[in-house]
Amino acid sequence: MSLYRVAGKGRVTTAKPVSFSFDGRTYKGLEGDTVASALLANGVHLMGRSFKYHRPRGPVAAGSEEPNALIGTRRGPGRFEPNTRATVQEIWDGLQVTSQNKYPSLKFDIGAVNDAAYMLFSAGFYYKTFMWPKSFWHKVYEPFIRAAAGLGVSPTEEDPDTYASRNMHCDLLIVGAGPTGLAAARAAAMDGLKVVVVDENPEAGGSLLSEPQVQINGQSAWDWLSGELDALQELGVKVMTRTTAIGYYHQNMIGLCEKVTDHLAVLPEDTPRERMWRVRAKQVVLAQGALEKPLVFNGNDRPGVMLAGSAQTYLNRYGVLVGKQPVILTSHDSAWHAAFDLHDAGAKVQAIVDTRDSVNEALQKEARDRGIPVKLSHTATGTSGRLRVKSLRVNPVSGATVGAGYNIACDAVLMSGGWTPSLHLFSHTKGSLAWDDDRTTFLPKETPEDCVIAGASRGLWGVAAALMDGAEKGRAVVAALGKKANVQDYSVEVDRAGSGVSHKELPTDQNPGKAKAFIDFQNDVTAKDVRLAVREGMRSIEHVKRYTTTGMATDQGKMSNINGLNIAADALGKKQPEVGLTTFRPPYTPTTFGAFAGYHRGDHFEVVRKTQIDSWAEENGAVFEPVGQWRRAWYFPKSGEDMDAAVRRECAATRASVGIFDASTLGKIEVVGPDAVEFMNRMYTNPWTKLAPGRCRYGLLLGDDGYIRDDGVIGRLSQDRFHVTTTTGGAARVLNMMEDYLQTEWPELNVWLTSTSEQWSTIALNGPNAAKLLQPLVDGVELTEEAFPHMSCIECTVAGLPARLFRVSFTGEIGFEVNVPAPYGRQLWEALWDAGQQYDITAYGTETMHVLRAEKGYIIVGQDTDGTVTPYDAGMGWAVGKKKPDFVGMRGLARPDLVAEGRKHLVGLLTEDHSKLEEGAQIVFDKNQPIPMTMVGHVTSSYDVGTTGRPIALALVEGGHDKVGDTVYIPMPDRTIAAKITDTVFYDPENNRLKIGSGV
Amino acid sequence: MLLIHCPYCDETLPEAEFTYAGQAHVIRHPEPSSQTDQEWEEFLFIRENVKGDHFERWRHFHGCGRYFNAVRNTVSDKFLTTYKAGAPRPQLSDLKEGGE
Repeated sequence: MSLYRVAGKGRVTTAKPVSFSFDGRTYKGLEGDTVASALLANGVHLMGRSFKYHRPRGPVAAGSEEPNALIGTRRGPGRFEPNTRATVQEIWDGLQVTSQNKYPSLKFDIGAVNDAAYMLFSAGFYYKTFMWPKSFWHKVYEPFIRAAAGLGVSPTEEDPDTYASRNMHCDLLIVGAGPTGLAAARAAAMDGLKVVVVDENPEAGGSLLSEPQVQINGQSAWDWLSGELDALQELGVKVMTRTTAIGYYHQNMIGLCEKVTDHLAVLPEDTPRERMWRVRAKQVVLAQGALEKPLVFNGNDRPGVMLAGSAQTYLNRYGVLVGKQPVILTSHDSAWHAAFDLHDAGAKVQAIVDTRDSVNEALQKEARDRGIPVKLSHTATGTSGRLRVKSLRVNPVSGATVGAGYNIACDAVLMSGGWTPSLHLFSHTKGSLAWDDDRTTFLPKETPEDCVIAGASRGLWGVAAALMDGAEKGRAVVAALGKKANVQDYSVEVDRAGSGVSHKELPTDQNPGKAKAFIDFQNDVTAKDVRLAVREGMRSIEHVKRYTTTGMATDQGKMSNINGLNIAADALGKKQPEVGLTTFRPPYTPTTFGAFAGYHRGDHFEVVRKTQIDSWAEENGAVFEPVGQWRRAWYFPKSGEDMDAAVRRECAATRASVGIFDASTLGKIEVVGPDAVEFMNRMYTNPWTKLAPGRCRYGLLLGDDGYIRDDGVIGRLSQDRFHVTTTTGGAARVLNMMEDYLQTEWPELNVWLTSTSEQWSTIALNGPNAAKLLQPLVDGVELTEEAFPHMSCIECTVAGLPARLFRVSFTGEIGFEVNVPAPYGRQLWEALWDAGQQYDITAYGTETMHVLRAEKGYIIVGQDTDGTVTPYDAGMGWAVGKKKPDFVGMRGLARPDLVAEGRKHLVGLLTEDHSKLEEGAQIVFDKNQPIPMTMVGHVTSSYDVGTTGRPIALALVEGGHDKVGDTVYIPMPDRTIAAKITDTVFYDPENNRLKIGSGV
Repeated sequence: MLLIHCPYCDETLPEAEFTYAGQAHVIRHPEPSSQTDQEWEEFLFIRENVKGDHFERWRHFHGCGRYFNAVRNTVSDKFLTTYKAGAPRPQLSDLKEGGE
């Protein structure tokens, strides 16, 4: 039996010892222990170093609210988790635990010099201490702060565990399986209702687990509990333990994180580590209970100083005495019972020190009967002991006068500043709070959700009150569901409901400016920090919070918020409700990224869309680039080629003979119906009425603001059918826009829109030999200038496959786009590849496609335009149907600022020194003007590997169309580049090469 | 996550199936060319910023694909009603929170 283990106490299994390691040393605990309870049983209180001052810290609580005892847990490679609370992590054989934020060791930590230098780290120190010299920030201060401050270290290996996501629907969800929650469940578990109870602890019972003395309906608390759980199971109630309700979202959706394997020595096969449940409940009962508050006094963070109620939990639930000579320091009755329990378990309680001048006589008698000295009207002004508390300094208080202090030797200080109802989930619902002066806390008022809050979480103390209120609220929600409730009566004895008072920091006879009286233990925020923040002008509690960081640590201020508020309100000279409480936000306790990500990791995180031809590209050595979700072949390097060499070769080969390109990612929309042409007239700038079936047109799509949104070649297959292509990235957006106008502006039009992007594999053939290559494979049309001129389309067969054949060009060469049903994509590609061997066919990727189109001045929407470019700006006024009564963007184009002088125009740029410009580089007219210079545009596209013999660029330049031939300047960090404004077409401006049989 | 009633499917479904589509009852004039610059500016850019009951459009994107209108309280985030595109704007006094 460990030194501090009490025989016959607790719910741990004495017959099942468990061994684990802490900082490399092996310890023994019992099945049912947490890391904290097992270490405390071995007399170990020192479990970590604090965030800012590196002060030695031990557990102050016994549950998930614990701010101090943060540990790293390891289970073999990849399974490391930092910042786990030792008070929550259950032990198992072989668990490896390490302390955090210390160097070189927990007992001797160099970072503790911060504690002596505490004046540097006062509230807002980030904004003050490290301001000068400015150059020191990056190299000296920031690395120092980052190394010195902080919590655990992030894991570096990939997490090998899996995480599950589940949905659940129920009639009633109860959060908290303490007496309140169980009574509510019992009331509701009738009439076929689906009732679910969740609790973050490994077992249900809540406060009953720490209060075995209570008698319920003539049974001991634990006997009643096990009988009640059996009864609930019988009634079909689902009780989920190790399951934290992390957040309460709209319309009664609650997020649950269920820890499945963290407590197991051996991981079961095919079991996720955690499950994230999305629960939609018709009604919710919140029964989260209350959390004990610390008292704020100098040295209240020393290892061995902890909450009285937690000491009671360690004793009654885990059979562990946290100290053999504890002293109690309290402003609430509940800590007296902790004193009695510890005394009865063999501890020598040194004193009960109460801040109040009068305390219930029955309690005082119980103390006297046990021989425990009682000191009323006292304050605490200090503690001693380096790694563990050795004494508590207390002083009598008379009115406003603090008398002479004296020390009480002890090995633990058990404090209680009263209880704070747990309102976290209630706050998530946007529930309103009301200040309760008697209890010095906020209580829940109204919530917009179908939810009630019951028991200690609305300020009712004691098991009897919890059971009664739980039952009553359970009946109320059942009534709201229109069902019959179970009526249950509870008689409770040996209950310990009590009362107390709340404090700001305790009065002291010493200089409060030097006191280390902690409010927020995890972020090392003291009472004087909050007062300093108020002195420095912070008025709102939200500002005080951010300036001091109180309540901003991973514990979300569970223990500290009300103490922080009381002190801030006092400093501001206001009442607490006038100062207000900061907002609680989900998650209730720290939650792993794994649980949120669920199945969405690795390949399932984001879809990689691949075309049917992707496999061929991969086999043939393509380098890929992501385009939206698509993975596209970027270029096809031959051995020894870099990107520039490959692209130069691909460009040259396409212009010399024929190139083949996978254009399957192009967005495609089928526009069909009697009113299809009218719809096209209204959507696109171009006129469509006179476009004959079998012909194509370049279409430009604007927003109603007049700016270019998308473009693409559109073929009219028959009177009532258009094959619309969009940019690769714009397909979904364009279809949405079309649907929006069709459904809501022109519902009278008889048109259907269908996305066909993935129905077609599209292969582009470009080059002087494209027609020669293709003709033998085509059935149904002669590929001559007369029978199938540029901008024609036809349904035919290609290589024996049903096809839509387009004669279009995005390169300036003779070009075809062959569309076949998607699954035939690779088959067609290989047929064309084989047929092209005699012409030295070359596969090219997106980079060559970009270069070839830029040489012809063809824009890419989203690269050469940015959402503020009109067709006129882009030099494409020819695409605007000026005689149409209306199209989307027509009125927008007449807006005053769109017809104003000095708009940016798309132009070509040729650098004087033949250097390549950077895309995005800013342009100026006068290179000698003082800095900051007036910027008049930017480079949108730039390439130096094409077939024109020199680098080319496209740019948006103010008034550019009127400045062709002028020189502009592009200032770069090392030099200024001069460039001449040109037309956007750098290659074959007469379009001679588009013609079949032109002899080029 | 909100629950939203699609007036076309007549089903109440999770928000993840829907996309928000801006303020409702912003009419595109059938003859835009007749609009003054100011009228067109209002149509394009000027939107209400309601603290309270807001008329807005949603689309059942991962469902029937239809655009529809809704009245949602921007403070409580509760829907007062949803109705088909083209249906008349309901009177707020006829609606109460949570109704459909």
